[in-house]
Amino acid sequence: MDTKTIYARLNKVFRDVFDDDSITVNPKTTADDIDDWDSLEHITLINAVEKEFKMKFKMGEISSMKNVGEMAQIIAARAKG
Amino acid sequence: MKELEYPFDSEYIIKKRKSIKRTLLSDGSSRLKKKIAVFGGSTTNDIVVYLDLFLLHHGIEAEFYQSEYAQYWQDAMFPSDELLSFAPDIVFIHTTNRNISTYPDTSMSRDDVDALLENEYLKFEQMWQKISDTYHCPIIQNNFEMPFYRIMGNKDCSDYRGHSNFLTRLNTKFYDYADRTEGFYINDINFISASYGLKAWSDPSYWNMYKYAMCVDAIPEFSSNLANIIKSVFGKNKKALALDLDNTLWGGVVGDDGVDGIQIGQETGVSQSYYEFQSYIKSLKSLGVILTVCSKNDHENAIAGLNHPEGALKPDDFIIIKANWENKDRNIAETAAELNILPDAIVFVDDNPAERAIVQAQLPGVNAPVMDSVENYITTIDRNGYFEVTNFSEDDLKRNEMYKANAQRAAQQATFTDYKDYLLSLDMTAVIDDFLPVYLQRITQLSNKSNQFNVTTKRYTATEMEAVFESNDYIRLYGKLVDKFGDNGVVSVVIGKKDGTVLNMELWLMSCRVLKRDMELAMLDRLVERCREQGIKTIKGYYYPTAKNNMVKELYGFFGFDKISEDESGNTVWQLEVDSYKNRNQVIKVEDNSSIQ
Repeated sequence: MDTKTIYARLNKVFRDVFDDDSITVNPKTTADDIDDWDSLEHITLINAVEKEFKMKFKMGEISSMKNVGEMAQIIAARAKG
Repeated sequence: MKELEYPFDSEYIIKKRKSIKRTLLSDGSSRLKKKIAVFGGSTTNDIVVYLDLFLLHHGIEAEFYQSEYAQYWQDAMFPSDELLSFAPDIVFIHTTNRNISTYPDTSMSRDDVDALLENEYLKFEQMWQKISDTYHCPIIQNNFEMPFYRIMGNKDCSDYRGHSNFLTRLNTKFYDYADRTEGFYINDINFISASYGLKAWSDPSYWNMYKYAMCVDAIPEFSSNLANIIKSVFGKNKKALALDLDNTLWGGVVGDDGVDGIQIGQETGVSQSYYEFQSYIKSLKSLGVILTVCSKNDHENAIAGLNHPEGALKPDDFIIIKANWENKDRNIAETAAELNILPDAIVFVDDNPAERAIVQAQLPGVNAPVMDSVENYITTIDRNGYFEVTNFSEDDLKRNEMYKANAQRAAQQATFTDYKDYLLSLDMTAVIDDFLPVYLQRITQLSNKSNQFNVTTKRYTATEMEAVFESNDYIRLYGKLVDKFGDNGVVSVVIGKKDGTVLNMELWLMSCRVLKRDMELAMLDRLVERCREQGIKTIKGYYYPTAKNNMVKELYGFFGFDKISEDESGNTVWQLEVDSYKNRNQVIKVEDNSSIQ
């Protein structure tokens, strides 16, 4: 899957989860950039991303991802569809 | 909302939770407002998020209090000022097998484990008592799900040292308490976790990362199950089923295939599936669910199909059979009118998606679950919790008989030209008097589910009703009506609060099953009598309009009260001077409590 597709699909997931159509994510996007992105919403977000790309993050990755770019790299390596 | 009806797509609900909430809140419907305190032994945030959605779907707008992480016991035992002033209408205790303080270990004797069990149990019982004493509100408590591993393997379930065994015994103690305690309900996560799949449910990464006691994907199912208890406690259960026949209660089309051609009974897998579904429906009837038929068929074919010797249901099991070629929404509207219930108290069960769509478009309150294949029918009806049992009264057991008697009354009415003659012919006797403990549960239940003949729509929890019952500040009346066709049970409740020589009416309700029987006049006569005995000079009545109680808008006017004010939202205040009142009831013989004690 190419990076562009990953970001397009990630963007859709972010907009759904945060119910905000103005969101556009880029590799540098972090929780600080999105108002509602707190530790509780993070759980929902991770879950929705996993479902979208039919993959699972490992436990260690969930807490260590620093930005959307790192998330996209893991997805690129592991996504099943 | 379709998205929140079983079988729902949890993944979708999780992703769209915010927009779903927005849509629900903007649908313009009026909802019950309730306050729910959630005492958690693990993270509860998402549980509350989805509980909120399911409750909104059931017509309840909840405000939540959540204890700080895992502070359930402290919050219950040593309530903060914040919690006390929150004054919950219901308390939910979210504990799981992660919250057991000490599990047995293999070195323990049987007595050690018994003592451990007792200790663990008492911690909970103490907490329930404290909550009940502090808030006088219903309590919902999780039971325990089974552990996801078994130290002793298969023996873990039977050996007294096994964790599964320990949790099972603890669960049984919870059930004993629930069985003897009114207003205490078990949220059966042992069932829901098993049904979901214990391995996936208990995925330890969710506990280790987020301190969720179950996987996030399972939370919508958890919350849906919990919401069913809450909406049932607050009187939002459905009352009746409107059942299609062809390919719903049996396989095939009776009009085309003939009675001998339909699939029902023990012959094939398909016919057994339909038989099992009919048996399930028949069990619902024994819980007090009203059964009706809504089928596009010639009437005689429908009856012939229902008389199939291999079927579990018979024509006699149904209060109303609408088998004709009218539109189904019209048949359902008529069924509702004949039963004196609202269309949204009806669940429409039909395998045909087009019929479901038309009914839902015409009667938006009617639930029409997706019935896609006979092997799923039972689960679909069951999991939606339409008839979730919380308070199970004698009346529920007898409801079908009562509706049947109503049908006979209607037949008799047709033979009278003068309505009063008809009423006299019913040989009605009412008991109207102060509350009796034996009826408190039914009285509370009525206060929570009467929507139409209800001037204030004031809801009472069991504990609030008990407080009214024990106070000297009130004049209380219940009314029970018997006629020659049967006992209608307790059908009317009136509560007024005394203020000097004025009685302010807080509640005046009547079950619609006894509309137009002059029961309300018999109640009024008795009320005035009680007022005179207790030195009350003036009765003040209040009417608060809702979407459903238009039928009693002019009730106090009909009673002879004078309207003294009306505000812009249609709330009206009425007044009656007791001295000038003359008894109105001429058709019901009225007795008091001494006649039944």
